[in-house]
Amino acid sequence: MKELLIGNGAIARGLYEAGCEIVSSYPGTPSTEITELAAKFDDIYCEWAPNEKVAMEVAFGASLRGKRACCAMKHVGLNVAADPLFTLSYTGVTGGLVICVADDPGMHSSQNEQDSRHYAIAAKVPMLEPSDSKEALEFTKKAFELSEEYDTPVIIKMCTRVAHSQSVVELSERVVPEMKPYEKNMQKYIMMPAMAKKRHPFVEERTQKLTALAETSDLNREEWGTGEIGIITSSTSYQYVKEVFGNEASVLKLGMINPLPVERIKNFASKVKKLYIVEELDGIIEAHVKNLGLQVEGKEMFSNIGEFSQSIVAEAFGKEIPAFDSIETAVPMRPPVMCAGCPHRGMYYVLSKNKITVLGDIGCYTLGAQAPLSALDSTLCMGASVSGLHGFNKAGGKETEGKSVCVIGDSTFMHSGVTGLINIAYNGSNSTVIILDNSITGMTGHQQNPTTGYNIKGDPAAKIDLETLCKAVGINRVRVVDPYNLAECEAAVKEELSVDEPSVIISRRPCVLLKSVKLNPPVKVDRDKCKSCKMCMKLGCPAISMHGGKAEIDKTLCVGCGVCEQLCKFDAILEGGAL
Amino acid sequence: MNKSIMIVGVGGQGSLLASKLLGKLLLSEGLDVKVSEVHGMSQRGGSVVTYVRCGQKVYSPVIDKGGADCIVSFEKLEAARWIEYLKKDGVIITNTQQIDPMPVITGAAEYPENILDELSSKVKVDALDALSLATEAGSAKAVNIVLMGRLAKYFDISYDKWISAIETTVAERFVELNKKAFELGYNY
Repeated sequence: MKELLIGNGAIARGLYEAGCEIVSSYPGTPSTEITELAAKFDDIYCEWAPNEKVAMEVAFGASLRGKRACCAMKHVGLNVAADPLFTLSYTGVTGGLVICVADDPGMHSSQNEQDSRHYAIAAKVPMLEPSDSKEALEFTKKAFELSEEYDTPVIIKMCTRVAHSQSVVELSERVVPEMKPYEKNMQKYIMMPAMAKKRHPFVEERTQKLTALAETSDLNREEWGTGEIGIITSSTSYQYVKEVFGNEASVLKLGMINPLPVERIKNFASKVKKLYIVEELDGIIEAHVKNLGLQVEGKEMFSNIGEFSQSIVAEAFGKEIPAFDSIETAVPMRPPVMCAGCPHRGMYYVLSKNKITVLGDIGCYTLGAQAPLSALDSTLCMGASVSGLHGFNKAGGKETEGKSVCVIGDSTFMHSGVTGLINIAYNGSNSTVIILDNSITGMTGHQQNPTTGYNIKGDPAAKIDLETLCKAVGINRVRVVDPYNLAECEAAVKEELSVDEPSVIISRRPCVLLKSVKLNPPVKVDRDKCKSCKMCMKLGCPAISMHGGKAEIDKTLCVGCGVCEQLCKFDAILEGGAL
Repeated sequence: MNKSIMIVGVGGQGSLLASKLLGKLLLSEGLDVKVSEVHGMSQRGGSVVTYVRCGQKVYSPVIDKGGADCIVSFEKLEAARWIEYLKKDGVIITNTQQIDPMPVITGAAEYPENILDELSSKVKVDALDALSLATEAGSAKAVNIVLMGRLAKYFDISYDKWISAIETTVAERFVELNKKAFELGYNY
């Protein structure tokens, strides 16, 4: 049966067909749907782990016990899970173990555009790189076979364009391999120096065997063209190359990106007049090919920044690109914004108004950096707000302690904020941590997490109590405020900044996009009372704008949160139903 | 039939359903199809774009400047934003609705007046008040299907096939509403 699936959906289908039984992941664009869609198959146990390191270790345990297992994450998630990855390379697997990582060239929804292929090389594990959904499905099944045959975790590397593009796949039945019996194997699984020293040579031998596989495997393929040039490429770059050249150029299409073949590349190079490499981000294939002593052009022609497209490839090869029409008028930008009624807005307004330094984190609330709130001072990585604030205050002392806070979401706090809070308690900085608890993992599209009380299937689960957790790690001052109540937020922030000990403010209200949230009728502006002071505009709410010199509320967007009402000194904003 | 279509709009306007409908329809025509969208941050009221391509064999999932046969825009400023992606002989189908972006709301930028006139002076523009037609069909949310109805005018695929694609794509209780919305766009 033929179906259109996004790349991530094709991986989920591949997990199903390959008989994968355990999936543990942390959400992150563009990888999230792999696990979300895998969870739709009742035959696969899926879970959201608190972070990627935990997820990978869960997959390790499931493999150790003899079942096929998987974990999925975005590129920066692999940084978090790098610790288990490097030693998993040594232990190898019992049940097949597949790690899916999705890069984000062009940074559609990420803080950097690191190239995950480096990890496969550094950790010495095989990496497969599909170029469309069909390959994503096939490679997932192949990855489990390789994992078990070569005793290694296998990484499948996606990128935004493969992960989020739908293309045609062919579906097959699910086949579950028999669960392997558990046998204690200390030499293989206890990685203390004496054993690890024996496993390292195994890893090197395995790489040689995998290199031999790369020489013949149909994961890599030659497509001989009519012209004289040859192009080595992979992933979505392959699609752009084929779009531009059709059968004109010969192509060595690499599906296994680590380890790379040697003789096959030399052979391909010998049959073409001029050799090129087209790869997004870093010149990894290029470095390998140059190491073989071959003449090749790659990064002289192509940037190591951002995504490619067919026109970028065409232009680099001096080919004509299509003409187009333009207009002269400048089109204003349309950046993403915090939604009308977003519970983060009230707290951000208070922080911005009081000119407080705010170390930020990763989530929807990163959007608080934008005008007019401009509330953030830093965003680094998951959890860095909390640990960063501790360092900031250790460096700044009393001068910064009284006017700096950090903000972190509930899911991000569970991911890696809590360890920073332990450090604040243990090493004693007078820091004020604000947990923006909207009861969901928001930015990635509403995934459950340990604080929500539900699991990935939406079934009730243990609910981690943030207040108890913060107190348990040694924070005595823990209080909860409602971000829709500006006065309450302001009082809490001022008080906690003034006391001489660390504190946590939990700013709690569920994401307004959650179906369970009851919305209020939209508020209205009394145009006679509006004095055009624009106080309400300071919130950066997409539902409020100025028309004819007066504030106006878009009733299709407003959810009646009432925050703007509290700002209006002239009582010109009225509750829904009034006027 | 080789076609490259862009669906552009503001996050939350329902472009995902439109591209799903289109993808399904083209697949049922026996064509190779690729549909590319970006999830995540762009959903939060930002500018969103989906690429739909079909043909005997489709390689690239994206459309470049000068590559789209048709741009279906859910909002008129978005039509202007993506005009350079239209082929020289292509057509823009746009909703006449105006949704102010944040820089306009804060006063940092102005919503360009007469943007549709300027677009029409450069390329072929088929503009319609899809919001009113959707409301007439029963829900303001059916803007996406009204615009698909308009797009059908430019396709060599029978009306009935579009309707059966709607029947298999949208939830059962919304089928009649969406069929009406499609019809209003088609016959506009």
